[in-house]
Amino acid sequence: MELKAENITFSYNKRPILKDVTLSLESNQIVGLIGDSGSGKSTLCKILSGHIPNYKGNVRIEGKEIEQKGFYPVQLIFQHPEKTMNPKWKMEKVLKESWNPPQELKDTFGLKENWMNRWPNELSGGELQRFSILRAINPNTKFIIADEISTMLDAVTQVQIWEALINHCKANNIGILAVSHDIKLLDVICDEVLYFDEINHI
Amino acid sequence: MEKLLEVNNLSISFTQYVQGLNRNESKVISDLTIDVNENEIVAILGSSGSGKSLLAHSILGILPYNSHVTGTLKFKGKTLNQEIKEELRGHEICLIPQSVNFLDPLMKVSDQAIGECENEEEYNRKKIKQREVFSKYGLNESVDDLYPFELSGGMARKVLLSTALLNDPDLLIADEPTPGLDSKSVEETIEDIKNLKEKGKGVLLITHEIDVALKTADRIAIFYSGYVIEINKAENFKNKENILHPYTNALINALPENGFKLTEGVQPLDIVEGCPYYENCPIRLEKCENTKPELIDHNGIMIRCFNFKEANDGT
Repeated sequence: MELKAENITFSYNKRPILKDVTLSLESNQIVGLIGDSGSGKSTLCKILSGHIPNYKGNVRIEGKEIEQKGFYPVQLIFQHPEKTMNPKWKMEKVLKESWNPPQELKDTFGLKENWMNRWPNELSGGELQRFSILRAINPNTKFIIADEISTMLDAVTQVQIWEALINHCKANNIGILAVSHDIKLLDVICDEVLYFDEINHI
Repeated sequence: MEKLLEVNNLSISFTQYVQGLNRNESKVISDLTIDVNENEIVAILGSSGSGKSLLAHSILGILPYNSHVTGTLKFKGKTLNQEIKEELRGHEICLIPQSVNFLDPLMKVSDQAIGECENEEEYNRKKIKQREVFSKYGLNESVDDLYPFELSGGMARKVLLSTALLNDPDLLIADEPTPGLDSKSVEETIEDIKNLKEKGKGVLLITHEIDVALKTADRIAIFYSGYVIEINKAENFKNKENILHPYTNALINALPENGFKLTEGVQPLDIVEGCPYYENCPIRLEKCENTKPELIDHNGIMIRCFNFKEANDGT
């Protein structure tokens, strides 16, 4: 399966930020994307995952437009998990908003049973990020857009999270677009690294 | 060399309501001792959720009302209480906060960086300096009039940096100043932090980016689950044999350039009786489960582990 974005152009209030961005991602691939802060990487991620609708260009899977209704097959994982969760929901509800993952998968991601009854503000960034990743790898997910998902985590947690995510995605044929500033990290985990300056013709 | 900041046996706990009127006391930092000298950068490295930011917040006196703090904090030899903390913060002690949520959403970013001014003259003086700092970080004049929601994560981070650097503090507490920044801005930040040191100031750098810590710090303290488990000289980190604690080793080996080695296990959420790293430790002893090791001096390295205590006692 191929996720393809063609000639994406977007501007915030007439301030152009993306111009003619084209990139493609295969299901069995992990592609890295690196670029300066403020250059529009996160905007591109939001467009790919359907969070920003009014852009020019198109995003297709296998040449077909993505169905706007129902579960969106391209899922975005954010840098700050605490901002993506309802502060008044306990973790169990946060997770089940997407699906109820099998115990085995919870173990792979190191989710402890006693975290389920906690509120989001009672867990650390690393712990919350495990939830937000597990939430994103719903069985209907075909592609994962990982926008700086390990930037706020310590090195040990970073390895744990990437290992678990990559193993799961390889086994289930899910493609990953990994956005980061850390070129050393991308070199280790990615099949291919794209430079944002080279694909954004602004 | 004078001691700028001394933290002795600091413990922080929170009171939470669990259900109805039942209260629960949760301890987040235990028995923490650390100091920062003039002309020195001390980095604090540690797992996320190990209480690094709380240390910073307790020095500035901005912990929430349900917190309970014991132990002593001293700044330039003077014991700190809430009143003195409020006087010092923003002038002699400055914080670069961890989250970009600390910016005021209803205030233009240039005014936030400048802060409170007593008169027009002060405002104009600071305005020029603000422009200087902003342009050094590649924020051009159009950014001055933007509100935080209009900035990208990295740009907001740069604004936070500028707010602290504008005031020329004696002690800078930088709480994760670099994540989300591109490498050029990271270099710039490292340069600025080093410059403060050159000027005889002290810096407490809280980070999980080992790279940044190695490039800047003189000493590095490792946090795990609210405990300091090791305080080592930065130069010792170049040679793995000089790193003592197994968790520190795991951290170093997990770096992408050092093999991206997987270490299982997460830190305990609840209070443990024995060593906080017991559950995941590869070299644990029987007594580690129920007895807590003390922070001891092992050839100039502070370490909290029975393995080294044994070795030391033997010699």
